[in-house]
Amino acid sequence: MTPLVQFDGVGFTYPTAAPGHGRFEIRELSFAVAPGEVLGLIGPNAAGKTTVIRLLSKALAPSRGAIYVQGEALSSLGRAEVARRVAVVPQDVAQGFPFTAQELVLMGRFAHAPGRFFESPADVRIAREAMELTGVQALAGETLDRLSGGERQRVVLARALAQEPRLLVLDEPTAHLDLRYQAECVALLRRLHREQGLGILLVSHDLNMAAELSDRLLLMSSGAAVTMGTPEEVLQESTLERVYGCRVVVDKHPTTRRPTVSVLWPDGR
Amino acid sequence: MTGPARLAAVCGGLALLLGVVAVGSLLVGSARIGPGVIVDLVTGRGPLEGAERVVILGIRLPRIAAAALAGGALAVAGAGFQALTRNPLAEPSILGVSAGAAFGVVLAQISGLGQGVVEALGLTAFAFAGAVVAGSAVYLIASTGGGLPVHTLLLAGVIVGIFFSAAITVVISLVDTNRLGGVIHWLLGNLAPIPAGALGVFGATVALGFWLVLGRARALNLLALGEEGAQELGVDAERLKRRIFAGAALLTGAVVAFVGPIGFVGLIVPHAMRMLVGSDHRVLIPAAALGGGVFLLSADTLARTVVAPAELSVGVITSFCGAPFFIYLLRSRAGRVMP
Repeated sequence: MTPLVQFDGVGFTYPTAAPGHGRFEIRELSFAVAPGEVLGLIGPNAAGKTTVIRLLSKALAPSRGAIYVQGEALSSLGRAEVARRVAVVPQDVAQGFPFTAQELVLMGRFAHAPGRFFESPADVRIAREAMELTGVQALAGETLDRLSGGERQRVVLARALAQEPRLLVLDEPTAHLDLRYQAECVALLRRLHREQGLGILLVSHDLNMAAELSDRLLLMSSGAAVTMGTPEEVLQESTLERVYGCRVVVDKHPTTRRPTVSVLWPDGR
Repeated sequence: MTGPARLAAVCGGLALLLGVVAVGSLLVGSARIGPGVIVDLVTGRGPLEGAERVVILGIRLPRIAAAALAGGALAVAGAGFQALTRNPLAEPSILGVSAGAAFGVVLAQISGLGQGVVEALGLTAFAFAGAVVAGSAVYLIASTGGGLPVHTLLLAGVIVGIFFSAAITVVISLVDTNRLGGVIHWLLGNLAPIPAGALGVFGATVALGFWLVLGRARALNLLALGEEGAQELGVDAERLKRRIFAGAALLTGAVVAFVGPIGFVGLIVPHAMRMLVGSDHRVLIPAAALGGGVFLLSADTLARTVVAPAELSVGVITSFCGAPFFIYLLRSRAGRVMP
């Protein structure tokens, strides 16, 4: 089966760095996301997680190697073509933004007909269905600055769904959410994954959520892959302590039996 | 209301207003001519000769057309530059683009261009080139590591504007004044009668610039999310920016070539329209085109009646309106980024 996304020996360095002296943001990174798979991308700050997203959305071009989307080289695909296959859910959208929730969700339809001046009735219907899925249809007429962080997150998720992508890329989906919204967000992602068969690339600091949602985890450090496998395989105390540089305890979640990670706080009693 | 219905309602209302202002402008002037005569002349039933015919068909009507075109073009150029830079204060004259275009026109005029259609095209080309050079210079000066800070952009625009104004002064000092004709009057914005051929070139150029900007109105909405945000949704931001820049520079160049560097229309009108119709560029840009026509036509009618039988330059009126407006915007929202 053709992977949804494949990184093949991808390296990236910012072009301003002098040749030969460039610090690689990403080194020799190879991985693939299968259709319908949830891959969790984890790692400490500056591991290169965000760079992976920017490479995948074609904001950056790899210096080495190649990226394939559904078997086609990303570099050969136009931006609209990429946006019809890969939808990125950013951490947050700019606030003080004059558009309404529905207008923002409709922007997800741009890639399907960039030449169209006004959205078609079909576009509006798809946008409304996406808003129903994420439970924000009641907020359609509200401007974004009047929404809470959790509501805005779900509006942006609805926009990504309106793109009708094959792969959803989530950048820290629960970063701005309190516990209740985190739980809702996880439930929603599970449901979307089950009902729509979407592939998901989940980029997160939250190891427990990643372990809970992901089929496989990819642990990165300093721009390179450290290890990849099931959550049980990747979330080993020795590996995490080496990569994160602090003491941790890996346990099992009392109900789901998935691994959980907690920090062993220094100077503990 | 759906998008197309909103667009139709807004455009219908503004077009009606433009019509009313145009009729009013046709009626007033230093030569007293009755409404009946004017109706006869405009509908083609009036006398074939005489002063009244010259005043109405040869002076007032072309002037109304030029004012409406120029106002619409400047407003759309302003809306375009504002979307492009995500800066609410961007505007052709503030960005120095008008001054660049004016320098192009002065260069063209010292070669002694006349009033025909070919000359009009040549003049437009020079103005467009000047606008592109000035706009690119401002962009290069102001862009820092992928961003265009609001205040840096304004300062860069002011500096480039000063540079081209100085260059114009040098050219004027070096060249025999007679060959430049009414250049001083023109530099303040002069809606003197434009010959029919040149008016045609003006209209066609404005239509082209309008199409370049309006045709990507939906993508401009997405650009408000930031370049990367727009790209993730499928917008080719680089191509979009080049096209909008070309369109806005063309509109500015055309206005400067035929009417002169009139300031502040591109600032006042898009802001007023944003308050009226919102930020959706698909409605905002047509609204700015019509609203700009209403504004500049009103300003010009005022300019030629307020000190009658003498005349003010229309740029004086727009500057008197625009300067306080600019200060108000600078105080209230300069720190914020578009939209």
